[in-house]
Amino acid sequence: MSSFILPAATLWQRELVRFWRQKSRVLSVVASPLIFWLLIGYGSNDLARYYSGTLVLTVMFSAIFSTISIIEDRREGFLLSMLVSPAPRTSLVLGKILGSATLGWIQGLMLLIFAPLAGVNIGLGEIVPVVGAMFLISFTLTGLGFAIAWKMDSTAAFHGVMMLLLVPMWMVSGALFPMATAHGAVKAIMWANPMTYSVALLNHTLGLPNAYPGATESLVVTAAFGLALLLASGMLAAQQSTRSAA
Amino acid sequence: MIGVQNLTHRYGDRVALSDVSFEVKKGEIFGLLGPNGGGKSSLFRILSTMMVPSEGRAEIAGFDVARDPAAVRRTVGVVFQTQSLDKALTVEENLRAQGHLHGLSGATLRGRMANAMERLGLQDRRKDLVETLSGGLRRRVEIAKALLHKPQVLLMDEASTGLDPAARRELSHHIESLRDRAGVTILLTTHILGEADRCDRLVLLHEGQIVAQGSPTELRSRIGGDVVVLETSDAESLAAGIRQRFGATASARDGQVRVEIANGHRFIAEVVEAFPGAVDSVGLHKPSLEDVFVRETGASIE
Repeated sequence: MSSFILPAATLWQRELVRFWRQKSRVLSVVASPLIFWLLIGYGSNDLARYYSGTLVLTVMFSAIFSTISIIEDRREGFLLSMLVSPAPRTSLVLGKILGSATLGWIQGLMLLIFAPLAGVNIGLGEIVPVVGAMFLISFTLTGLGFAIAWKMDSTAAFHGVMMLLLVPMWMVSGALFPMATAHGAVKAIMWANPMTYSVALLNHTLGLPNAYPGATESLVVTAAFGLALLLASGMLAAQQSTRSAA
Repeated sequence: MIGVQNLTHRYGDRVALSDVSFEVKKGEIFGLLGPNGGGKSSLFRILSTMMVPSEGRAEIAGFDVARDPAAVRRTVGVVFQTQSLDKALTVEENLRAQGHLHGLSGATLRGRMANAMERLGLQDRRKDLVETLSGGLRRRVEIAKALLHKPQVLLMDEASTGLDPAARRELSHHIESLRDRAGVTILLTTHILGEADRCDRLVLLHEGQIVAQGSPTELRSRIGGDVVVLETSDAESLAAGIRQRFGATASARDGQVRVEIANGHRFIAEVVEAFPGAVDSVGLHKPSLEDVFVRETGASIE
């Protein structure tokens, strides 16, 4: 058992230590969503409407940063020695995703300081659901990043996926406009978009408007999506290759 | 300790390894020598369980690298050509993380770390961030890291890349002491002749095939006598002339004629006299592995 937990724990810890030593990274992850939020929110005089979306964007940026490092790490870096160690690949995947998810979570929590600007007062009763929801969302988005990054050969390709898939997914997640006012095909896409449920989950826990779909539904879909991505990542990483893994 | 049988590997249509077979004995330093693109890296990736071969088999300590990679990974330590250290962590933190990957912890791990750092002379750098270390030191950390789980076999891919000659000699010294004191079997890939010369045995790889194998001395003795290199403006015709007149093995390449002949010093005087004005400069040396490689393939290693 320790041969499963120990590698996962050491990878998780490594992410945190690296993060602590590269504090400037925090700025790029937290600052840009914050600026977007303030500009759009003040400009439209509705900071509350965009708050949950901003939190999701922060977590998404963090997840992207963390998982993009997988691509370089495998060519030249720590991941190489992980691949030839006897540690189970599933344990490595879990450690990497949990570590990266923790970073996204911490950075998302930093933005909670600005909740009063959105008219949200987080009391003792709300803190646990909010913090829990943030972690779940961070875990899910990190899993998504991992599943995409694992098979990629270049960071350039990842940037393409980010701009063509992840950012559009965020745009139609209820982060910018609620599902209720969406039209036609976009509304259907929003139904199918897992990120919609992340934004709704935060709206529910923060007591913000446009909390739709329902709370249970949002929680179940987000958790199921996260779990499915974890399994997919584990399976991807466990595959033996006839091409070079490095 | 390592057995490779009829190993073939293709990337699509391109053949990277073609019917490669060799054996590595316990406790020897075994080299894979060849130019870049000769198949060394593919072979290394297969042996280190990073890639499954198209055909044939490879075994390390009795475990099949394709069928039982987990057992192989417990048995081998791997040093990559590219860096596999986390630069944002200290030497000690890198080693500890590696130990954890191998399920080591507590006093056992501390003991192994102290031992590995001592063996590679890293004790006083253990608290330093890897990004502050020189290339030679980083290599030594890589080796220390690969030794933590006491592997029977150490696989090293172009381990001396980017090192200056002094650091390279030091690295060779450390590798030899691992063989002598810990009985570790070492397989290394290299395109550096000096490094290949220090191996107990080696194979010469060219275009995915083994062109020769044996100890450096055996390989060199394939060339009787000396090697004389003549620089000239018309290599082809000079080589032809030498073959005809002296009956020696002479090959022309890049404006040079390379002649294998006994009593090279005497031959030099004769050849300069026999072809007046044709020879621009003359060099004489004892056969090197490069000469063996040129003789077997017509191509150069470096």
